[in-house]
Amino acid sequence: MSALTSLLDSRRVWRAQEAREETQAHQRERTLATGHVSLNAVLPGGGWPRGSVSELLSTGAGSGELALLWPLLARLTQADKPVLLVSPPAVPYPTAWRQAGVRLSRCHWLDVAGCDALWATEQSLRAGCCAAVVAWLPLADSRAMRRLQVAASSGDTPGFVLRGASRQQEASPAALRLRLHGRAGLEVIKCRGGWPPAGRIAFGDER
Amino acid sequence: MSDDAVRWVCLLLPRLSLEGALRRRVDPEAPFALTEGAAPRRIIRAANATARAAGVRPGQALSLAESLCQGLDPRLETMPLDDDLTRRWRRRLAAWAYGYSGQVSLHYPHALVFEVASSFALFGPWPRLETQLRQDLAALGFSHRLVIAPNPAAARVLVNVHDGLAVDDETLTTALGELPLTHAGLERDSLRTLERSGFRHLGELFALPRSALARRFGKPLMRHLGELRGEWALALEYHRPASRFSRTFTFDRPVQAVAGLAFPLKRLLQELGFYLRGRDVGVERFQLKLTLEDRPAQTLDIGLQSVARDAETLLELTRAHLERVRLAGPVMAVTLKTATLAAYAPARRELLSGPLRQSQAWHELQQRLMARLGEETLKSLVEYQEHRPEAAVLAGRGALVADTDTVESRRRPGWLVARPERCDAEIIRLLSGPERIESGWWDGDDVRRDYYLAEWHDGRRAWVWQQAGQAGWYLHGWFG
Repeated sequence: MSALTSLLDSRRVWRAQEAREETQAHQRERTLATGHVSLNAVLPGGGWPRGSVSELLSTGAGSGELALLWPLLARLTQADKPVLLVSPPAVPYPTAWRQAGVRLSRCHWLDVAGCDALWATEQSLRAGCCAAVVAWLPLADSRAMRRLQVAASSGDTPGFVLRGASRQQEASPAALRLRLHGRAGLEVIKCRGGWPPAGRIAFGDER
Repeated sequence: MSDDAVRWVCLLLPRLSLEGALRRRVDPEAPFALTEGAAPRRIIRAANATARAAGVRPGQALSLAESLCQGLDPRLETMPLDDDLTRRWRRRLAAWAYGYSGQVSLHYPHALVFEVASSFALFGPWPRLETQLRQDLAALGFSHRLVIAPNPAAARVLVNVHDGLAVDDETLTTALGELPLTHAGLERDSLRTLERSGFRHLGELFALPRSALARRFGKPLMRHLGELRGEWALALEYHRPASRFSRTFTFDRPVQAVAGLAFPLKRLLQELGFYLRGRDVGVERFQLKLTLEDRPAQTLDIGLQSVARDAETLLELTRAHLERVRLAGPVMAVTLKTATLAAYAPARRELLSGPLRQSQAWHELQQRLMARLGEETLKSLVEYQEHRPEAAVLAGRGALVADTDTVESRRRPGWLVARPERCDAEIIRLLSGPERIESGWWDGDDVRRDYYLAEWHDGRRAWVWQQAGQAGWYLHGWFG
């Protein structure tokens, strides 16, 4: 029994059941590689869900959220696609973003807060023209999250919503929920289309 | 109908004065009439459908009309006929027609003639163009009749008895022939003489030898018949639309809330849209002037991210702007003005391919965000060649980073805290540092700080500094 549990936890059983090639190919189309080998390996479809909201929970800025997202944002902006940050927790330091490979001219941020931030996130996800929308929305409750999930799916845009760690207990319609622990890696709380792997996952380079 | 010949549309606007005045009324269905004459002897000149249904007719005394409408709610409202307003509307409609034709003339009173054959390539064959014209006029609220014929004179007389008739060279003589003389645009004297001689239709005149006609009825009639048949060209003066747009909507009662501006704005922007299309231009910026009851006018500058001319787009953006506006007082009138007109490159979404369509959509999104949240809220990441982080990021000082040789290569945090905050208790340990940042004495902003990468009490990683030689830590950024 414990052998089965460990199999389930390592997701080998689930894979064997679902591993029809068609399904996998389809799932891959619906995802974007994260740029972290360790993370791609455990996420259904091998990456960030495309027309969905992914939720990143942490105690605040500096929890590894940029190390996590930068590879994707770098790849998208290098491909000349626009990326929008909504109400970030502080001012983005362009030098650091450039050092991370982000093409600055395609990276925009909205300096707003509160309800304006929610409105702007929904609009941007729905518009379907941003390659990614990353929003810091401490105020978003589960109703707001549902609206954003609908907007992301109708605009087929990957959305990343950053909220406080205390939201972990609340139900959320996000397709993927991660809890960030800074240098100690991250936990997958929920991932649609698969079982969340147990334990912390290390990612990114430790510079 | 062959598409290569010249074709003239005549547009008859039988209710231009009335409908021009109704466009400024919030409820165009409420009983309304135009009057003529001085106070005690004012008579009705024109009335809208509701007033007509109550029995109001042109020529009636105003007092009679008012008593006819006594049972109605709201009561009959009237305005003196304003010839200036009617003239302005004629010019405005000419400017609209200019969008479909380079040759628009106001030669005939109550009517507009314009050449359209050269527009078929652009707007499709006549039936489609006709539909488009009628849709525009319906949107503006003008009842009309229209006819298309090989020359403007024939179109003008045929529209007296027809609506939607399309005549080409082959059918022109027949169509004209069936026209009663009373509707053939003849001078009163010629008409009386002809009627006395027993003529009833134009066709009977066409059947006579020309020399006999000329002898009996003289040159003016021959000239008119020649113009109708296209043998003599009609000398027309063409209308050129004005180079600036400025239009005012005056309220009957002062408006207190922004919501009350919605209706006039819709009207004004719709007219702006037709005007811009007529001139084949767009706007990048326009002005709304709110005339207030008891204080100086309030002016709103509305800037767009790209040239636009579609009334819906303009309305949506204006609405978003207004959401952030507080009225300084009751509004008496709204004036919409365009400063400069800009060349317009139509970016029809359906015509654009994938990437272009994406970039158009991105453009529209930026515009929508800025309209509602303010232009200054949408920022981009720009790197300046400057050591002091606050100057490099916040103030936008320093030279722009041009080539990779000179760029900052030391590690910087992804987030910069706008105002460094004192933080002594939160730091658990220092992970790396110090890095001395020292500059800015030349502009009086002296900086001499030792920066460290520090671990925060909850495991997060912060960028902190200590003033050289002093105690006390300051949080200045986060390593995300």
